[in-house]
Amino acid sequence: MSTSPQDAAVAGEPTPDAGGGVDAQDLDSTSDSTKLASDAMVADTFGEYISAQWVKIRGGESGVLPVIFGLVVIVIIFQSKNGKFLSGLNLVNLLDQGAFIIMLGMAEVFVLLLGEIDLSAGFNMAVGAIITAELAAPPHNVTWSLAILAGVASCVVISTVVGLLVTRLRLPSFIVTLGFFLGLQGVILSLFSHDSHASGGNINISNPVLNDVVNGNLTPTAGWIVMAAAVVGFAGLNLYRDQRRRRSGLVTPPFALTLVKIAGVAVAGVVVVLVCNRNRGGFLISIKGVPWVVPIVLVVLMGYTFLLNRTRFGRYLYAIGGNAEAARRAGISLNRIRLTAFMLTGVTAGIAGVLYESYLGSISQNVDGGTQVLYAVAAAVIGGASLFGGRGKMIHAVLGGVIIAAIANGMNLINLSAAATFMVNGLVLLAAVTVDAVGRRGRAAT
Amino acid sequence: MDNGAGARSTDRAPVTPQTNGDRGTPLLRLSGIGKNFGAVQALRDVDLEIYPGEVLALVGDNGAGKSTMIKTISGIWSPDSGHVFWEGKEVHVRNPRDAAALGIATMYQDLALADNLDIVQNMFLGREMLHAGLLDETAMERHAKKTLSDLSVTTVRSIRQPVGSLSGGQRQAVAVARAVLEDAKLVIMDEPTAALGVSQTAMVLNLVKTLSERGVSVLLISHNLVDVFQVANRVAALYLGHVAGTYPVSELDTQRAVELITTGALAGSSASAGRD
Repeated sequence: MSTSPQDAAVAGEPTPDAGGGVDAQDLDSTSDSTKLASDAMVADTFGEYISAQWVKIRGGESGVLPVIFGLVVIVIIFQSKNGKFLSGLNLVNLLDQGAFIIMLGMAEVFVLLLGEIDLSAGFNMAVGAIITAELAAPPHNVTWSLAILAGVASCVVISTVVGLLVTRLRLPSFIVTLGFFLGLQGVILSLFSHDSHASGGNINISNPVLNDVVNGNLTPTAGWIVMAAAVVGFAGLNLYRDQRRRRSGLVTPPFALTLVKIAGVAVAGVVVVLVCNRNRGGFLISIKGVPWVVPIVLVVLMGYTFLLNRTRFGRYLYAIGGNAEAARRAGISLNRIRLTAFMLTGVTAGIAGVLYESYLGSISQNVDGGTQVLYAVAAAVIGGASLFGGRGKMIHAVLGGVIIAAIANGMNLINLSAAATFMVNGLVLLAAVTVDAVGRRGRAAT
Repeated sequence: MDNGAGARSTDRAPVTPQTNGDRGTPLLRLSGIGKNFGAVQALRDVDLEIYPGEVLALVGDNGAGKSTMIKTISGIWSPDSGHVFWEGKEVHVRNPRDAAALGIATMYQDLALADNLDIVQNMFLGREMLHAGLLDETAMERHAKKTLSDLSVTTVRSIRQPVGSLSGGQRQAVAVARAVLEDAKLVIMDEPTAALGVSQTAMVLNLVKTLSERGVSVLLISHNLVDVFQVANRVAALYLGHVAGTYPVSELDTQRAVELITTGALAGSSASAGRD
């Protein structure tokens, strides 16, 4: 009995990471058909593709591979120190812990792509979470969907003001959002002081739906159905795109490669569902199923990746981040795109707030939005987004968020102090930035 | 004014091979253009004509008004006085968008390409082709490929590589292809060969010739007289904010061109087509 989960864990060792990894790489290169094409230009067969990829990695355009490698190393270290790290219970726990950091990291990607930053996103998230919590709790007892809507809307209002200050008054986003970073803490305190029902500066999440966002699970069957739908959709999109390119006489990635990718996603999906569907509760209470938060994060990730890669708005975000003057001369309305990016950061921070309070089961007036936003920026940068604009993908925030959650979780498991956790996180961030900077220099040199 | 223009064009020697004496309506005609910056008169009474398919080189020393001139044509600044005629009709170019709508594409020295985007993305930036509201990458890539091969740009390994990885000449090629894509009738190139190596320069000059063969007019601003003599049909020299003279390239040599640039006149000039 004790060996079998262990075996499963070992067999599944590369699963969550490699799973996430393959997933990542797929989203990465498929939604970005540009990358595929450039590889395909010099590669007609699978072997050639691999070698072209290797050249690229050496040239500093590594994509998500180093991040996945880092994640594998982290997992191996923690697993060797504590065999529980890869247990189903802990892995699901890790997903729950990391979800809001991932979401907040995705919020930051919008502004990071522009070369801006939003330091206020953490407290913005908290404000949204508090408003949602207050509305959903007695005496208001507003239905969960309206409560969430109100919370997200207030986040959007705040980020719109930030965006207007940055675009209309041309103030640096760092300073504007630092101002909001401080000011919103006051807003939070005043929200609590006006709520007579918040006991001891704390609002509990009693609404079952809000509570289940992170703590609830899909039924095992539903988990399989969702996973199967995702894989089929992914495969269909890929094959359709290849087909279209082939019919137009453009270079198409080798068929084998597309198959490998689809297989990778399928394997990753199966493993995640298998791990989550295993009973991770005790003998008396059975807990199993994929947590709600997994499909939620996946849907947002896919939606945003689509937005960045397939729409004009996304294209212009990259263009402005790469060369604002070029974008201006191309007739792009810089201010409109920038403002929209800040507003999307607000929307995403609002969603992150729901995940955050659901995970904690309550929201307190001492919410530390400062640390959370720094973790979120770190997640995006660790994952591979650039602080200087123009480079980054939504999947980067997801991978970086998983790394940060894995470190926090693993450190906790092996009973290291908070002090050590902070230091290790700092080191990982420094390492990520160094890899990025060295890679950039490599690119410049070629 | 029209009389003046008519008179000038009669005494100008024929240049473009397909025309003979009468070259029809100029694509762009500037008449009496003036531009002041405070007390500084950057341009005064500038007259200039560019005919379809010709390469007109604009030469002049630093501060002669070349930049002011192209910025005026491309709509960044409005002229304080004078008239602009496009294909015979008077137009008012108030901003770069007006210029683009007419068919004027300006390639500045810095080229304004986004390094992080690939060639196709840069070529279509701001004018992306859509399919059901979404970016139509397939169609854009096909068009980009065709445009580049029409321009005989073959040195690019992949049109999906980021522009940041291209050489200076290749970047020029992308910028030119961008202008061709938007069906520009007049391409203004500001020092396109500055900071380029020999083979890269040759490549860019070839692009200029290709553009001209396709019927696109090119206004080429250059310090490099060797380049000018290689591709230009006519040379217009700016001197202290006005056109010191416009000559067919056959009537100039490097020495005379330098004289024109530095003194604003040719000693013993008989063929001068310019005013002053």
